[in-house]
Amino acid sequence: MRDEFLLGNQAIARGAWESGVKFASGYPGTPSTEILETLAHYPEVDTRWSANEKVAFEEGMGAAIGGLRVLVTMKHVGLNVAADPFMVFPYAGTNGGFVLISADDPGMHSSQNEQDNRYLARMAKVPVIEPSDAQECKDFVILGMEISERFGTPVMLRTTTRLAHHKALVALGERREVAKREFIADPRLFSVPIYRRQLRPKVETRLEELRSYAETTPINRVEKGDPMLAVVTSGIAYQYVKEVLPEASVLRLGMTYPLPERLLQEFCAGHGVVYVVEEGEAFIEEFMRSIGITNVQGKERFGVIGEYSPARLAEGFGMGQAPPSFSEAIPVMPRPPMFCIGCGHRTVFSALRQLKVTVAGDIGCYTMGALPPYEASHTTFNMGASIGTAIGLESAGQERVVAVIGDSTFVHAGIPALIDAVYNRSQLTLVILDNSTTGMTGGQPHPGTGKSIQGKAAPKLDIAAVCRATGVEMVLTVDAWDRKQVAGAIRKALAHPAPAVVISQGPCQQLPEMKYREFTAYFVDEPLCTQCEACFKVWCPAIIRTDEGFPRINASECTACTVCAQVCPTDAIYPHRETAVMAD
Amino acid sequence: MSEDEKIYSILFCGVGGQGSLLLAEITSLTAVRAGYDVKQTEVHGVSQRGGSVETHVRFGAHVWSPVVTPGKSDLVVALEKLEALRFAHFVNRDRGAIVVNDHEIIPGSVSGAAEAYPHDAIRFLQKEGLTVVVLPASQIARDLGDGRMANVVLAGAISSRLPIPEETWLETLRHRIPEKYRALNLMAFAAGRQLAHETVS
Repeated sequence: MRDEFLLGNQAIARGAWESGVKFASGYPGTPSTEILETLAHYPEVDTRWSANEKVAFEEGMGAAIGGLRVLVTMKHVGLNVAADPFMVFPYAGTNGGFVLISADDPGMHSSQNEQDNRYLARMAKVPVIEPSDAQECKDFVILGMEISERFGTPVMLRTTTRLAHHKALVALGERREVAKREFIADPRLFSVPIYRRQLRPKVETRLEELRSYAETTPINRVEKGDPMLAVVTSGIAYQYVKEVLPEASVLRLGMTYPLPERLLQEFCAGHGVVYVVEEGEAFIEEFMRSIGITNVQGKERFGVIGEYSPARLAEGFGMGQAPPSFSEAIPVMPRPPMFCIGCGHRTVFSALRQLKVTVAGDIGCYTMGALPPYEASHTTFNMGASIGTAIGLESAGQERVVAVIGDSTFVHAGIPALIDAVYNRSQLTLVILDNSTTGMTGGQPHPGTGKSIQGKAAPKLDIAAVCRATGVEMVLTVDAWDRKQVAGAIRKALAHPAPAVVISQGPCQQLPEMKYREFTAYFVDEPLCTQCEACFKVWCPAIIRTDEGFPRINASECTACTVCAQVCPTDAIYPHRETAVMAD
Repeated sequence: MSEDEKIYSILFCGVGGQGSLLLAEITSLTAVRAGYDVKQTEVHGVSQRGGSVETHVRFGAHVWSPVVTPGKSDLVVALEKLEALRFAHFVNRDRGAIVVNDHEIIPGSVSGAAEAYPHDAIRFLQKEGLTVVVLPASQIARDLGDGRMANVVLAGAISSRLPIPEETWLETLRHRIPEKYRALNLMAFAAGRQLAHETVS
């Protein structure tokens, strides 16, 4: 056994490997992505990115009833996509161990909503375990497999952002191989009413058994302390409680569904006020009130919105406020993220801005198309929503509606919507920003990239062919860095009296093949420059203004995307082999 | 000495792409190497695209929370001046300091940012009574041949302010930095450490 400094997510992957998992699937989404990226390095596990979370869940379901131990990962809203199988699978129950990672994102660091997936688990009647540090991230996956097989149920392991994305020392163990269980064809696996009615009472019986388990499992434990100060807590919030109130009596709940009624009653009976500290909704607190515990305080002190922190707990306990930022005394402007230098999305949003069209956006880096300087994206909701939203906007009388979606998101949830656009005679223009990766989550391959999660060659989906197959007649593929081609194609598509697709192709600048390729940076030949300002209007952060008013390209940041050279009327911008690396 | 005082808290901040995460990781791994319990946290995802980024590192005998509390940080290490302003309230006014790279990056996606940028950030923080250590880390890194090493210059600068021997830092660097860049980064570290000695406040 040795200790390694691991991210919560890396520890989850390690736990899956140690527990003998043979199959793992998921779809990238912050804060869950690093789990499968880590697991992909272990040859004993068949790890894959799936087309979306629903497919990932179903593949995992199949592998588990086929007798393997399985890990399925997704961010909180990913489970909405996979909600259908998630709600149905528990009736049948699992064969091999099945642990679902639901990575919730309170504070919405990289998400479109706050959603406490413990409620979805309760709806599905699936047990929930919540680790509180990286070590437990590893240990709880192993425990989750045991619970899953012992009770024949899928198990949800819920993380929140700080748990998933904190690093700590983790004691490593060895892998324990688990024999494949036999697949048994059984009416249980057949979700039709006649069988389901038979299974329904068994789900309640299983929940009763899980309730008994929750009363005695060592992951629900009382840490005796000051009898006047009692806290019930779960997840990363446990660490904050120990930080702020090291002397408190604590009931740490490692299992938060089903909850241990007797344990909670006993703990609360022995104390005056009991504080409930949990990130997300008042899930534990509501249960405590529902079983008649009245000496509870929780959300009214600590709030329901956003992430918890030691400072927030201290304030909630009346221990004083942390100092505020200096933004009252001096303006501290925000620094939102922006398109990378040389990003192929820039030309598309420049064109959309000039065309003054209504743009329904989607989930990916291109949400930044709504920010200055482009301000050319008008809606973003959920994965794949651009196309359906555009169809609706058009039906509501909005003219010249453009849907913008990335390649990975198109594969995930855009294809059925495009079929619908054709079927329902929409006239929308769809721009697919094909950067050959899942960009925002850090560059994961998907079916359209021709690569697997292990970086090996995989069959490559032909996105243009898919579009044509839905019945779209006009499918135009353009070079993302060719301004005229991009704008021209979008114009042509808008004029087409039926749905039309523009595929703007240009690999993400963060991909290793782009980042580490050899190229010559561009440079401004000042004697040729007339200071016409055209190059400044491409809004490239690598172009700065000299004291004399000339543009200067920061050679260490330039990606040779050529867009500034395309707009220069005097050809004063060109690649220059002798350009020295300039000051940034 | 209370439990809290035995824990060192450091907040690293900067602009996505500046290498503040690597700087934090070097610090964490050095603390691990020195035998401490260590926790670190950062947020991944879209904020890395040129946005404001922060990483928290805490080490000591036993660390509970990975998250640093405003007003309790022994060090705030800022790779950029506007970000220094944004996170300066984390500094512990009694015993902490803010180490600032004298470097400006104008936010690219904020209208009128160039005009409104707080060039006087450092003077403001000094007037607020904070212990401010200003270092031209980007300039030093450029002089050594690669401006991207500003983070390692800062590692050198903070190394003498933390209770870990220099040799442990060097071991981490030798272990963590690919051989191709190692010699240059060790020079950047030495330059930062030297300069911090000269600017002890």
